[in-house]
Amino acid sequence: MDVASEHSTDHDAHHGPAKGFTRWVYTTNHKDIGTMYLWLAFAMFLIGGSMAMVIRAELFQPGLQLVQPGFFNQMTTMHGLIMVFGAVMPAFVGLANWLIPMMIGAPDMALPRMNNLSFWILPFAFGLLLLTLFMDGGGPNFGWTFYAPLSTQYAPPSVTFFIFSIHLMGLSSIMGAINVIATIINMRAPGMTLMKMPLFVWTWLITAFLLLAAMPVLAGVVTMMLMDINFGTSYFSAAGGGDPVLFQHLFWFFGHPEVYIMILPAFGIISHIVPAFSRKRLFGYSSMVYATASIAILSFMVWAHHMFTVGLPLAGELFFMYATMMIAVPTGVKVFNWISTMFRGSLTLETPMLFAIAFIVLFTIGGFSGLMLAISPADFQYQDTYFVVAHFHYVLVPGAIFSIIAAAYFWLPKWCGRMYDEKLGKIHFWWSFVGLNLTFFPMHFVGLAGMPRRIPDYALQFADFNMISSIGAFIFGTAQLFFLYIVVKCILTGEKAPACPWEGAEGLEWTLPSPAPYHSFTVPPKFED
Amino acid sequence: MDARTQRSLVWLVLLPVAMFGFGFALVPLYDVFCRVTGLNGKVNTSPLAMPVSAKVDLSRSINIQFVTQNNANMPWTFQPLSTEMEIHPGADSRAVFRVKNVTDHPMSAQAIPSISPAEAAQYFHKIQCFCFNQQHLAARESLDMPVIFYVDPELPDYIHTITLGYTLFDVTKLAARAN
Repeated sequence: MDVASEHSTDHDAHHGPAKGFTRWVYTTNHKDIGTMYLWLAFAMFLIGGSMAMVIRAELFQPGLQLVQPGFFNQMTTMHGLIMVFGAVMPAFVGLANWLIPMMIGAPDMALPRMNNLSFWILPFAFGLLLLTLFMDGGGPNFGWTFYAPLSTQYAPPSVTFFIFSIHLMGLSSIMGAINVIATIINMRAPGMTLMKMPLFVWTWLITAFLLLAAMPVLAGVVTMMLMDINFGTSYFSAAGGGDPVLFQHLFWFFGHPEVYIMILPAFGIISHIVPAFSRKRLFGYSSMVYATASIAILSFMVWAHHMFTVGLPLAGELFFMYATMMIAVPTGVKVFNWISTMFRGSLTLETPMLFAIAFIVLFTIGGFSGLMLAISPADFQYQDTYFVVAHFHYVLVPGAIFSIIAAAYFWLPKWCGRMYDEKLGKIHFWWSFVGLNLTFFPMHFVGLAGMPRRIPDYALQFADFNMISSIGAFIFGTAQLFFLYIVVKCILTGEKAPACPWEGAEGLEWTLPSPAPYHSFTVPPKFED
Repeated sequence: MDARTQRSLVWLVLLPVAMFGFGFALVPLYDVFCRVTGLNGKVNTSPLAMPVSAKVDLSRSINIQFVTQNNANMPWTFQPLSTEMEIHPGADSRAVFRVKNVTDHPMSAQAIPSISPAEAAQYFHKIQCFCFNQQHLAARESLDMPVIFYVDPELPDYIHTITLGYTLFDVTKLAARAN
């Protein structure tokens, strides 16, 4: 079914993209915007990654070797901010832009001009954020969670730029989420009911609602900071009747849904890749949808598990402990469904599938350490140690990042009409897999042994494990440069890809030719389940 | 843009706007929630409208401890005259704290109370307290500040000790701005 190229009205059905630089500045095409989002995310991933390399180089040995503690703090802070807001979130929005219209048979996003705006805000937001590194007093150095009063009373003068850049990122995410919801609600192909939507679309719909509910609260928090710093209010200053703990409550009311914003679309991606390479339909489609929705709802009820040690009342400790543990149930349903999908399937292990299987295994490890952290009495020991660092890197790197890489390999043939080099892809996988586990697994041990996070120096007994972590980090980091090479090679010289290069892949996007035409589904396709 | 998208756009814009407002609404909401439930040791910072004439429970005595600390760079000295006292639940009791502005310029201060264990906060009633107001002291001036309080006889019987802590904040700038 080659709808787009055959559908030719009088004037513009065959017109392609405009030429030159203005094509990218003025574009309202979801594929162009998706591409720009993905490249921006990749650039940010490398920038945030090089900051991680500075951190690991300093921690290679105990003592201070390369950077001063003040700069080290800026690196940990910026690494977190850039990876969360600059790499993972824009990458998912980029995937949404590319894939959602093609998956639901829509010609474009519902609000194409806003789409352009929400992308073009981002380079300015991150430009501002990165510029703070060169300002007097340096960039943000208070941790990516920017707890008051560190980020208010004791912040460097550049904090106002940081606040403004968070505002811009929030604005961009909210507009992106509005666009996704408007597209999914209004532009599905006839016959595609909600419960027949592909899972990536479902998980993104739910993620978009999380964004709409959580990002404005973040905007509110940074606005309060701005007022505390510049206009003499006392939201977070106890001296004026405010409460620093209030900051943490508000921040994590945003922050916990935020961590699901970074993982729900990943669940969707894995739910496409695992069935494709198992040559079976996804096991338990509707339970996947309900599990995603329950995780989203629960995510707003567990924020204080980040704050077990601030002096919560016993009732609070218990409530947040049990509520947090409850999230393991829908998450377990998902892992069970993926494994059941693979069970007795005719599996082949192409690169996207390798990343997907690693996702399932390693994300589950991260989930288990999360359960340990959820046990409130035990958390008093784990709080602010490297165990926490190990936990969230296990859910974010082989979770969010691996799913994005898997998605890139899986849909690259559709995006650029060429196949990546399968052999190089597999090398990239094993290179990343080894580097990642070498980096983050020892962090569990040093964390349990008491090494605090966010410090440039540490006690001698942690030296060996830290050296292993650092070596792993350099291995993982170089693997991602190799990924850049694979992608560029694919775009320039890859073999021509057929419309559907994967034997078991299903979905409307595979009915389009590869590369997907600039304007696709200008006439809604017939959707048959 | 078709009509359906336009309709969606209305509520899709209203939702984040409402959530932005909700973020600010959470500021008083958390406060109200803690005050109503007595969670997190939130203590009353305004006097009781009328002292409740509770029955004094002579069969029990509670050890009340006083601790003081200064916030950040607050230079005043701030100490309780006695660091602990035994009281009976229901009986009005009085404790005195002494502050001295050791600097050469006038300053304003605000004491913020906190009660530990947090469970006891809702049973600890202050009839009069220096923490209800700001203190303005001239250079080198000293002041004895009383707090009059009683402990509700309903206090759970497994609580034997209550610690009343005060943190003294420098509010000179805020006070100057208010005038």
